Amino acid sequence: MFPAEFDYERAASVSEALALLDEHADADVEILAGGHSLVPAMKNRGREPDVVVDLDVPALDAVNALDDRTVVGALTTYATLVDSGAVRSTVPLVAEAASEVGDTQIRNRGTIGGNLAAAHPGADLPAAVLASDATILLRNRDGKREVGATDFFRGDGETAVERGELLTGVRVPHADDGGFAYARKTHPATGYAMVGVAAVVETGGGGGGDDGSEGVVSSARVAATGAVDRAVRLPSVEDSLVDEPLDAATIDAAASEATDDIDTGRLRSDAHASGEFRGELLETYVGRALETAADRAAGDTPTA
Amino acid sequence: MSTHEISLTVDGTTEDLTVESRTLLVHALRDDLGYTAPNVGCESGKCGACTVEMDGDAVKSCTILAVQADGSDVTTAAGYADDGLDPVQRAFHDEHGLQCGYCTPGMLATTHQLLDENREPTRAEIRRALKGNVCRCTGYESIVDAVETAAERLRAADADGERPTGDGPADPPEPGAED
Repeated sequence: MFPAEFDYERAASVSEALALLDEHADADVEILAGGHSLVPAMKNRGREPDVVVDLDVPALDAVNALDDRTVVGALTTYATLVDSGAVRSTVPLVAEAASEVGDTQIRNRGTIGGNLAAAHPGADLPAAVLASDATILLRNRDGKREVGATDFFRGDGETAVERGELLTGVRVPHADDGGFAYARKTHPATGYAMVGVAAVVETGGGGGGDDGSEGVVSSARVAATGAVDRAVRLPSVEDSLVDEPLDAATIDAAASEATDDIDTGRLRSDAHASGEFRGELLETYVGRALETAADRAAGDTPTA
Repeated sequence: MSTHEISLTVDGTTEDLTVESRTLLVHALRDDLGYTAPNVGCESGKCGACTVEMDGDAVKSCTILAVQADGSDVTTAAGYADDGLDPVQRAFHDEHGLQCGYCTPGMLATTHQLLDENREPTRAEIRRALKGNVCRCTGYESIVDAVETAAERLRAADADGERPTGDGPADPPEPGAED
């Protein structure tokens, strides 16, 4: 099983890649990063591009941790996200989601940029960037463009990236004190998430006090992948957490809202799990993610 | 369709060849260059039988274009053997960490990366590391045993300050080879 014929071009810089996209503007072009979404799709002839532009751009394989945000280059592999001390200490949710992707070999090659651009409905990183309130960084012939994660994912394989544009990185703001977690049920056939939930819960009330209070939630971002055709935030879950103590009762109440923002007719369904079952899983995994986030907010669990 | 001149190192030998854009690394290795250690299993990036080390990372050579490997240093499972089996190969042999052996070259490549990074993995860590290597005949207990044994031997060799080597010849001596 091998891809249909195509022309291969290698870009050694962002400007070279943009020039190649421009040069082949009339052709069916695919951008190759780690290749672990694109190459399998080309092998089963789901994709038959005329031209493949391979990104061989070391500058995009970089993590830059600043005071209040961390910028991750598009070609940063999952393995680097997992191993990077800077990623783990500043945006641990991203490291935790990356650690769940595929397997050792896939994490060695697959990249965060490729993952986000491919926008598989069961991919892990989209949930993490949504819950992190991250911004996707794009480049085109006119300059730079930024798209918030909430506006980026448009459907199965559909994103805000326009023709001739290149996803160059992700800017992830650092969360305030609190907890985070990514919890997923692995799809037994695809290895993607059947359902995955990413949560960032910020507590302004001094978590883990002597009186056993778990701290009051000042803000919460919860995102789901696998449930519908794209990763989505769950605002009803988030709203039910805010101003409440991060305890079991609050978590149960929040989890019960898991499908409130989802048109249940849009829940994905396949031979392994009906849409109805995915809805049940979503509630369970919202609960699990929030429980782990609460434990971490209370300082009970080491961070990733 | 474009073709490309590429150069890569395979098991210590520099190889120059011309590949089509669509040639997969595993086919370049096996069909063009004759390195048959990586096997073609599922062809869809799931089974790991085609795993090789590329610049120190375990990778699935069926999911990488050969042209992407231009300039890289590839080690196949056969490349670990020197005069005899290397410690990881020897441990798989001693612990019966294989049955038909089809998955073994991939297991060895992933195990090498694991033990390069972690000389004392737990059984859970071994299983997690080998998630992308599927064995469909012997099960995983003896494979995990083999990785544990390899780790023990490598730690012992580290402690002795020795270059880790296997403890026996790769194949029985040929008749008449001695004396």
